[in-house]
Amino acid sequence: MTDNLQLNSEGKLKHFLTIDGLEKSLLTEILDIAESFVGINDHKIKKVPLLRGKTIVNLFFENSTRTRTTFELAANRLSADVLSMSISTSSTSKGESLLDTIRNLEAMFVDMFVVRHAISGAAHFIAQHTAPHISVINAGDGQHAHPTQAMLDMFTIRQIKKDFSNLRVAIIGDILHSRVARSQIQALNTLGVAEVRVIAPKTLLPAHVESLGVNVSHNLTAGLKDIDVIIMLRLQKERMTSALLPSESEYFKCFGLTEDKLKIAKPDAIVMHPGPINRGVEIESKVADGPQSVILKQVSNGIAIRMAIMAMTMQKQGVM
Amino acid sequence: MSQIHIKQGCIIDPVNNISRIGCVYIADGKIVSVTNEPEGFKPDTIIDAHNQIVCPGFIDLSARLREPGQSRKATFKSETTAAANAGVTTMCLQPDTRPVIDTPAVAELIKELAEKADYPQVYPIAALTRKLEGTELSSMLSLKQAGCIAVGNASQSVKNLLILRRAMEYAASHDLLVMFRPNDFWLGNNGCAHEGAVATRYGLPGIPEEAETIALAQCLELVELTGCRVHFGQLSCKRSVIKIYQAKKYGLNVSADVAIHQLHLTENDIIPFDSNYHVLPPLRTEVDKQYLRGGLASGTINSICSDHQPHDIDAKLGAFPETEPGVSSLETLLPLMLKLVSEHIITLEQGIASLSENPARVLRIKSGALTVGFAADVCIFDPELEWQVNSDNWKSRGVNTPFWGQMLKGRVTHTLQAGRVIHCLEKSKR
Repeated sequence: MTDNLQLNSEGKLKHFLTIDGLEKSLLTEILDIAESFVGINDHKIKKVPLLRGKTIVNLFFENSTRTRTTFELAANRLSADVLSMSISTSSTSKGESLLDTIRNLEAMFVDMFVVRHAISGAAHFIAQHTAPHISVINAGDGQHAHPTQAMLDMFTIRQIKKDFSNLRVAIIGDILHSRVARSQIQALNTLGVAEVRVIAPKTLLPAHVESLGVNVSHNLTAGLKDIDVIIMLRLQKERMTSALLPSESEYFKCFGLTEDKLKIAKPDAIVMHPGPINRGVEIESKVADGPQSVILKQVSNGIAIRMAIMAMTMQKQGVM
Repeated sequence: MSQIHIKQGCIIDPVNNISRIGCVYIADGKIVSVTNEPEGFKPDTIIDAHNQIVCPGFIDLSARLREPGQSRKATFKSETTAAANAGVTTMCLQPDTRPVIDTPAVAELIKELAEKADYPQVYPIAALTRKLEGTELSSMLSLKQAGCIAVGNASQSVKNLLILRRAMEYAASHDLLVMFRPNDFWLGNNGCAHEGAVATRYGLPGIPEEAETIALAQCLELVELTGCRVHFGQLSCKRSVIKIYQAKKYGLNVSADVAIHQLHLTENDIIPFDSNYHVLPPLRTEVDKQYLRGGLASGTINSICSDHQPHDIDAKLGAFPETEPGVSSLETLLPLMLKLVSEHIITLEQGIASLSENPARVLRIKSGALTVGFAADVCIFDPELEWQVNSDNWKSRGVNTPFWGQMLKGRVTHTLQAGRVIHCLEKSKR
């Protein structure tokens, strides 16, 4: 099962593939360890020797500058050797070649794969088929999960709000296609927030979305009431061509976060976005750059979270 | 020619309303008597069927043997051996071979392959449209004359309803059965799992029930318009069962089947990202499963098919949505049917009828019964014999089944096709 695949026989993290099935105590441990790494960014020498001698391969089958960069930085700061590979997937290169790629890299004495792939389940597939000593970290698979992004968001929320238990969190936008949203919802519910609310038109919500443990609203104005944390999702341009939405401008009118709409939420509400931002589509520049925005803080926190998760999954190899 | 005496088995033959201990006598490939020994009968072979069920050989309305075109997945030899191991004596072959069964030459090639594999009772289903592309009609009459038993579009949708209408009209003109798997291309949206809570949780592209029910409803309207005889294959959801029920009640000439795994598995059984559960139509909800079972029990769905789709290992080795759909399912057909009997969903007679009498009626063939004069297609099985689904007991080249490793109850000991023993279980395994 997914949840067991991630843990070793002692219940410690071996792979990090999804938030689904992980206990609150484990998520809290990740946040605590990340906390201890935050200070490193202010040091003159921003390195710790935890993963010295280890080889980490960033396998990006889908483009991503920010996620890949923060993973690289995190690995560097843990003193690991890092190799980043961008592999384009053509329609002909299916399962076999994915496995072949993995096998070839295994033969080069790799200790960890960080995988981003356009298909749901790809990271699980690699974790199931790779050599037993190798750890796999999911850096986003299809519409399934993006657990490190979710954890850095949790970290950012905890930094500012301290406690999860009374928080009402709204996630706004394309929930249907969002691996980030799925992981965020699971993390928020595991950490015990008061409410997760998703706000989107029906075309951008998956079937039985309530089964994820959320309340649903199709109206941003009504949905933002009493909200402590606002998470905006990126809107892909192809949602218009596939008839999920009529136009960017109509989307912005209904679901774009403006200064006026932000006032409906609690006065100390924070605004988050996993990036990259579409200014004027899902969020107004004034809000993205405004005092309630913590978007850049999320990016910085990404390094500490990824350091924590990399170090934890390598525990079996005598790290930490 | 040879004479066979099947001795003292529990004969179950729904067509002739037989359900008692007795003997079956076979001569020259045909049933010559049930119960009473014919005069001067001198058997060359005696099969002791004590404590076993003797019933008509099974007729499978939907199978893929992967030849021609994909012999790396499976061959006629491997899959007909699997069929014999499963008590299946007649198979309908879906037209999505490579090349597609849309010319008499391909149909003839299939008959040849079947002869060569010593398993002649493979009936090709001809493509309804050329290359299954849904744009031009296939040469249905020529295909019928070349031995095709029906026409169908396999898993491909006919997107254009005008083409579907004309194909059905043309099929009706030649009294051809159309085998139709309802599946709206656009609503299916390249999905790989039931559009529900499980797909949402795992981020799998979903297929709503409406992809099936809307295509079904459209086709039912065209049945009324064209008078075409249609059999709906591999239904997967509650509202399809209701629609077939209503259509029959209304008087339309339709029938339906369900793939055996749909009667046992739901979306909740999917082990996350285990590609053995990747099937089309997808495994749906518990409610759907209950309706499919109910539909079978009430006769709304009259047949069970295996929907056998053997794959090579590579086809199932990948992230779930990228893998090829389908289950290798011939050899689990009988034990899974018997499980429905032990769970009191259907009677044993109903289960056997759904695998023999009823598909024979759909195809209008002289088979599916132990009637005197019929070709001796017989399945003999031990309903209590437990066996493990493993490579020791498995004949299909495809090991893609969610039941791999499980213990199942009910095993075929002998299969006779037109009076020839094509399967006999080793004594050590009985």
